[in-house]
Amino acid sequence: MPTMLEVQDVSAYYGNIQALKNVTLHVDQGEIVTLIGSNGAGKSTTLKTISGLLRPRTGSIKLKGEVISDKPAHVVAGLGIAQSPEGRRIFNRMTVMENLELGAYSHGKPDPVDLERVLTLFPRLRERIGQKAGTMSGGEQQMLAIGRALMAKPTVLLLDEPSLGLSPILIDAIFNIIKEINAQGTTVLLVEQNALKALDVANRGYVIQTGNIVLTGTAKELLGNDMVRKAYLGEE
Amino acid sequence: MNVTVTLFLQYLIIGLATGSLIALIALGYTLVYGIIELINFAHGEVFMMGAFFAATLIALTGITNESGGVAIVGILLVALVGSMIFSAALNFGIDRVGYQRLRNAPRLAALIAAIGFSFILQNIGIYWRGSNPFRPPEIIPAEYRSMNILTEWLGLDTAVRFRLLDLFVIGVTIPLLVGLTWFVYKTRVGTAMRATAQDREAASLMGININWTIGVAFLLGGALAGAAGMVALYYNDNARFQMGFRYGLFAFTAAVLGGIGNLTGAVVGGLLIGLAWSFSDGFVKLFIPAWGPQWTTSLVFGLLILVLVFRPSGLLGEETPDKV
Ligand SMILES: Nc1ncnc2c1ncn2[C@@H]1O[C@H](COP(=O)(O)OP(=O)(O)OP(=O)(O)O)[C@@H](O)[C@H]1O
Ligand SMILES: [Mg+2]
Repeated sequence: MPTMLEVQDVSAYYGNIQALKNVTLHVDQGEIVTLIGSNGAGKSTTLKTISGLLRPRTGSIKLKGEVISDKPAHVVAGLGIAQSPEGRRIFNRMTVMENLELGAYSHGKPDPVDLERVLTLFPRLRERIGQKAGTMSGGEQQMLAIGRALMAKPTVLLLDEPSLGLSPILIDAIFNIIKEINAQGTTVLLVEQNALKALDVANRGYVIQTGNIVLTGTAKELLGNDMVRKAYLGEE
Repeated sequence: MNVTVTLFLQYLIIGLATGSLIALIALGYTLVYGIIELINFAHGEVFMMGAFFAATLIALTGITNESGGVAIVGILLVALVGSMIFSAALNFGIDRVGYQRLRNAPRLAALIAAIGFSFILQNIGIYWRGSNPFRPPEIIPAEYRSMNILTEWLGLDTAVRFRLLDLFVIGVTIPLLVGLTWFVYKTRVGTAMRATAQDREAASLMGININWTIGVAFLLGGALAGAAGMVALYYNDNARFQMGFRYGLFAFTAAVLGGIGNLTGAVVGGLLIGLAWSFSDGFVKLFIPAWGPQWTTSLVFGLLILVLVFRPSGLLGEETPDKV
């Protein structure tokens, strides 16, 4: 499969603090790739940099061979990269429908087919379509954040900890939906603390530590790796 | 009709007309504050510039109060639209030249830049029309200027005066208020504005061009201020480079009173300040002989202080706080 997203030697800073050190990773078309690491490792920063919210100081990011790391976030979004960001970041004072419409902002009008697809994936959103997003439960808000990203018809979907704060049943449901979205043709880069679940659905994975990619391999390889088992799967 | 009732109705009409003018200006403060949390201190001067532009434009056409109805109504409309475009462009330009560069600087920097723009525009005003008050070109025939609609058109037997000018103010402001609400709540760009106001980063992830969207807030606020300037020019029958100061402060107070960042709040606050202004200028002295217009400014700022102390988020602020 051709390479969809390519992050090459990217360093990124918050002021003078370096958060990413020569990060290199790639996601092929049709893959689910997961990025795992502990708190403050640089997972969200990687996604922010891909989305154009943070400009890399060195290195480059390419989407289907085209350099995107010099483009502002709204242009990157228009090129087909959607993100469900850390902390959901839904528009609290707007309705569920307005949030979904904003997801499709780059396309002008929302596509009814996409809307139907999102509401079928998340029937709860259909029930609450006119409700103010901020008044929904945490899990419902997480569904909205993912649904909103899907409304953009992304070629690459970036998910930042979609299982955070959800009940075990909902976590399973969310991971099933991620598989389903991927099966429908969307390439996924998944950031997770829940390494076991993430490696369960992913094809490949990367491990990031204090801004460095320290390990990469297929999901199976990583699940069998001693370091991963100790640090991220909580085994002694 | 009882004299007190007559006077009450009279001051009510003046208050509503003045209040809707203040509401137009207050919306400009609130739109900009809602989206970038900046108090645009130059906004009063953008309003003043709208009045100056209208006066100059009308004078240039050479139309007078003898030019005939079509020409007069036509030039009033052209001047209204012209002032709106002029002030919109001016406000947009101020953002592009000044505030946009300071987006990531400490908030104080943009605030000081705003005060700077305010002085610059006042000085342009002096250069343009001198420092004395001036009257607008006389294009409204005398018999219409003070005509009372209630007696002449509706045939009512009353001493209350609702002049053509009052109708003009209300006839301009209400469609603009409705139009703005429609724009902000029903259009794609309006939705982008609200999204940007709530969460700028998340909005840019949706593909919204943040700087352009902020620019639209400046365009809209400027257009409303330009319309208010043109209307105030004729409503007050004079203009001066300092006119933006008092109107600006009152409108800012109105925006805070209603809950800054909240559109409905700005309108409610504007009407309340307009009514307070009007009643304090004349009506209150029927009951408190020592009261007079000299107390109006103190009254308005007294209201502002009371709100800031007891309800800092404004009268409607909590209902829809359009801030992150
Ligand atoms: N806006 C910011 N300003 C300054 N430093 C930041 C900022 N955001 C993140 N950092 C720092 O950058 C580093 C990487 O943060 P990042 O948010 O990418 O971690 P993460 O891997 O997503 O962690 P978590 O699992 O806790 O979400 C951290 O040390 C963090 O303190
Ligand atoms: Mg994170």
